[in-house]
Amino acid sequence: MIVTAGWYMTLAAVLFTIGLLGILVRRNALVMFMCVELMLNAVNLTFIAAGRAHSTLDGQVSVFFVLVVAAAEVVVGLAIIVAIFRNRATASVDELSGLRG
Amino acid sequence: MVELVLFFLLGAAAVAGAVTVIFARNTIHAAMGLLGTLFSLGVIYVVNLAHLVAAVQVIVYAGAVMTLFLFVIMLIGVDKTEDTSESLPFQRKLVGGLALIILLLGGGLAFGGRFSWTPAATPGGPIPNGTVQAVAERLFTGWVLAFEVTALLLTIAAAGAIALAQFKRREEGQ
Repeated sequence: MIVTAGWYMTLAAVLFTIGLLGILVRRNALVMFMCVELMLNAVNLTFIAAGRAHSTLDGQVSVFFVLVVAAAEVVVGLAIIVAIFRNRATASVDELSGLRG
Repeated sequence: MVELVLFFLLGAAAVAGAVTVIFARNTIHAAMGLLGTLFSLGVIYVVNLAHLVAAVQVIVYAGAVMTLFLFVIMLIGVDKTEDTSESLPFQRKLVGGLALIILLLGGGLAFGGRFSWTPAATPGGPIPNGTVQAVAERLFTGWVLAFEVTALLLTIAAAGAIALAQFKRREEGQ
């Protein structure tokens, strides 16, 4: 049996679904953030597999940009989580209902 | 054949890590699961001849990002167990039903063979070899504008993170 790009894309779909499930189920802001990283990585795997199927390097170059955006997102997101924790002493998103109407 | 074995080994490791992220009660364990997934994906990139991307994956993700995560986990402290009670009673049944429908539709499409992952691709082409030189040539010719914009984005993110920390300290001082 030959491993084709579709196999990797199936794996990426499974990883993406697990990440999405984590965001919907968990309430700890840090774990939700890790699930976002999981989803970004699943998309990266899709890029690599698609680039392989099309015999082009552009998929791998796209992964670089996703990596940079993910790094920037982690920096700002974790700064926000720490700032919220200093104010409210909680990392649970259910308790952060200060803007509720 | 080697790729088949590697695919199943690393795929199982990646999925196991991802499941750990969701189900671990301890945040540190979730971070370790994410680390395992990231490393498995790095090896999968090597199998797909994306050498430079694999190196960057290990250095940036498994190195920098995970260190940052661990720092924040230690700063915030390992949380007490989450409150899993649901405030919207009908939500769980609704989500369960929707998930079942999506699972049946997606599974049917995938196993029925109607679902082509890469429709426009010509099969059997050579796998692109992602060496440093090849990726850099592509990056600094066709993608140079996007490269400069990401540089700007990183600067803004760093400045924003510093500003977030600074503002808090000034408020506390007043």
